[in-house]
Amino acid sequence: MGSMRITLKVWRQSGPKSAGKLVTYQVDDCSPDMSFLELLDVLNEKLIAQGDEPVAFDHDCREGICGACGVMINGHAHGPQKLTTACQLHMRTFNDGDTITVEPWRAAAFPVVKDLVVDRGAFDRIIQAGGFISASTGGAQDANEILIPKPDADLAFEAAACIGCGACVAACPNASAMLFTSAKVSHLGLLPQGQPERYQRVLGMVERMDLEGFGGCTNLGECQTACPKGISVDFIARMNRDYLKATLTT
Amino acid sequence: MELKSNIPAGPMAQKWDRHRFEMKLVNPANRRKHTIIVVGTGLAGASAAATLGEQGYNVKAFCFQDSPRRAHSIAAQGGINAAKNYRNDGDSIQRLFYDTVKGGDFRAREANVYRLAQVSVEIIDQAVAQGVPLAREYGGLLDNRSFGGAQVSRTFYARGQTGQQLLIGAYQALERQIAAKTVQMFPRTEMLDLVLVDGVARGIVVRDLVTGEISSHAADTVVLATGGYGNVFFLSTNAKGCNVTATFRAWKKGAAFANPCYTQIHPTCIPVSGDHQSKLTLMSESLRNDGRVWVPKAKGDQRQPKEIPEAERDYYLERKYPSFGNLSPRDIASRAAKEACDDGRGVGPGGQGVYLDFADAIKRLGRDTIEERYGNLFEMYERITGENPYERPMRIYPAVHYTMGGTWVDYNLQSTIPGLHVLGEANFSDHGANRLGASALMQGLADGYFVAPATIGHYLGSTKLAKVDTTHPEFKKVEQEVRDRTRKFLSINGTRSVDSFHRELGKIMWDKCGMARTKEGLQEALKLIPALRAEFWKNVRVLGSGEGLNQSLEKAGRLADFLEFAELMCLDALHREESCGGHFRVEHQDEGEAKRDDERFAYVAAWEYKGEGQPPVLHKEPLVFEEVKLATRSYK
Repeated sequence: MGSMRITLKVWRQSGPKSAGKLVTYQVDDCSPDMSFLELLDVLNEKLIAQGDEPVAFDHDCREGICGACGVMINGHAHGPQKLTTACQLHMRTFNDGDTITVEPWRAAAFPVVKDLVVDRGAFDRIIQAGGFISASTGGAQDANEILIPKPDADLAFEAAACIGCGACVAACPNASAMLFTSAKVSHLGLLPQGQPERYQRVLGMVERMDLEGFGGCTNLGECQTACPKGISVDFIARMNRDYLKATLTT
Repeated sequence: MELKSNIPAGPMAQKWDRHRFEMKLVNPANRRKHTIIVVGTGLAGASAAATLGEQGYNVKAFCFQDSPRRAHSIAAQGGINAAKNYRNDGDSIQRLFYDTVKGGDFRAREANVYRLAQVSVEIIDQAVAQGVPLAREYGGLLDNRSFGGAQVSRTFYARGQTGQQLLIGAYQALERQIAAKTVQMFPRTEMLDLVLVDGVARGIVVRDLVTGEISSHAADTVVLATGGYGNVFFLSTNAKGCNVTATFRAWKKGAAFANPCYTQIHPTCIPVSGDHQSKLTLMSESLRNDGRVWVPKAKGDQRQPKEIPEAERDYYLERKYPSFGNLSPRDIASRAAKEACDDGRGVGPGGQGVYLDFADAIKRLGRDTIEERYGNLFEMYERITGENPYERPMRIYPAVHYTMGGTWVDYNLQSTIPGLHVLGEANFSDHGANRLGASALMQGLADGYFVAPATIGHYLGSTKLAKVDTTHPEFKKVEQEVRDRTRKFLSINGTRSVDSFHRELGKIMWDKCGMARTKEGLQEALKLIPALRAEFWKNVRVLGSGEGLNQSLEKAGRLADFLEFAELMCLDALHREESCGGHFRVEHQDEGEAKRDDERFAYVAAWEYKGEGQPPVLHKEPLVFEEVKLATRSYK
């Protein structure tokens, strides 16, 4: 396959407090076998050659699991392909001559650091508020003494598959973090080991989520559509049930 | 420099327990008076920081990523070994120990490996207690599968995301300690140098990657859990940020570096698709359970795979290794693929690939079964290559995956610098010259949850440390060096990008110090690398400023260290005139099979830095095999 000509409109913002704007660039030698981040690499090499600062963007594993990457591509979190992170999105998904707009996640709780890089520290703080099981090293019983029905273990795994990329927040018109938070509440709440702290956990995490400035959930389901790991909105319903029970009983 | 392994006396099976009893302790009330720095938050670093925090120490943890949850341990797919013997199929601590020593081609330290096998069972208990959703059977018990280099089922897993789930478990334990204020977390903060006071590791100098500020942190001990150096090859399965800076800087301060030439090349990765390639993606080893590896018999055969009749295909692994066939160990399968491609029989663009064919398996088991087993991997393959592996064979090629070499450590995981402990892939100790599948996760967590928290307590309890803070002149001096270096990168303003240099270095290393190494090739690399390094320091272009986020500047610092470290790797590869595990010297083989030389090379090669422009000095730690008899690895 030959090379593709792509026009990129990229959000450039020099720092957290500066104003940003979309800047148009042309890449004439894009290969359909490139990943989207490799297209940004090619653009950056070109910018460096002409003496312009390269575009800053977060990325690390480039195999869809670390959750570091994530940008809005033509208004879609991680781009148009379902169940795919930006690093796994390949240029053959696009057409020769396309114009692609690239922006950072937009959410008050995810302030822009530079260009396409945002600060997702709020997610870590939500985990700090209860997203764990208090099992200090050394005190564990034999792993097979805890029997877990396979369906429960599988469902807990589905929730635990979250990579913490923030696409759910970016896709939500309210910038809600309900999918992220509920995935962790569900993962731990579905397991016997997670029961002792179950209700305290959901209260703590939801409180922190609100404090960080994430919006409320209005059941639009955009988060599930954008999630590269296919985390289901059913977990939000599960969290709401736990939350209600927690507020009534504690 | 003296290499004191500090292996405890007594029978192998009792060494760790005896040592644990004999080690000094720190009173719980006194622990918070000790500050511990942990650099890196992958499996080893996060588990160590969390556990030391739980014990009551004052921990400061650092990572260059935006969150500790992103470390590259997260990408491990297959599983984690543990000698639980839940399958009742003959596994034991002794057998896991034996398999690991043999798999490492007899180049690991027995006592460390034995402890690893002992601790492995506790790791699974700890992970389950934390809520890590490991795979279960219908009865609710944990499931296992088997992996290369073992004849028992001892691998625990969480679908194809075992590393992710174990890392999230350690990350959550870490976040819990951050909330409890025993751990202070510094994300997007990169360690750029180590600080020694009176010859003892007392702190680090870091750069805040968001503000650009360079500052110091002092402590009673420093722990490096900063991973491997596979990215010296530019193209590898490592994350883009993985680098050697922390352990290399420590090397320059006196921490011997062991066996840098031991690198693992994984046989089943997706081939390079073009010059734009930024990294390589692994396809799980498990695929070789049902896939058959082949290339055309004729050189330069350009036909579509379907058009090549059975008689004109060479199933070379089945032909050369009839008893292990497609499940031959990683190093052997990788070299065989390279041989076929070097012979002009490679497939796909550039001829750098071999087929991994599922047609027979689909015929035998049906498409549904194959989809159930490997569906997610097939999808990933199609997403990356645009080819459907149900319809046409996958194309695969070996890629750099893991580095067995690392900072030399004693039994207590302490380096040759007192007070500097090194954990996980960053140290050298457990895998010898070749790591078995599902053993990296085991080692990272063994070091972090169980070994280091005990031995660091012993270090703090038995060492008299003067009070030192960051106003000490040594901190000021190192800070200034780091500032000067940062300024230097920004001031060169040459014509070539950091990545262009990195690609060139990677090509030198892959060609001369990759899957097959020769004396001539290594000698040539030792000329090419210094020349490239000299050009880098004259002609690199790093735009922007040091104040604020500057990813080119970060990359420049990491590459500058790789450009020096690469030379050490080649030097080590040149000196080791034998073939063992991942290190294959073309001159030392028996009809294509690696030929070890135990007479001359049954030792750990630990290199000491002697100053700018001085050749490093080799120290040898002899390897004594008391429990496992030295034997030739054969998979024929």
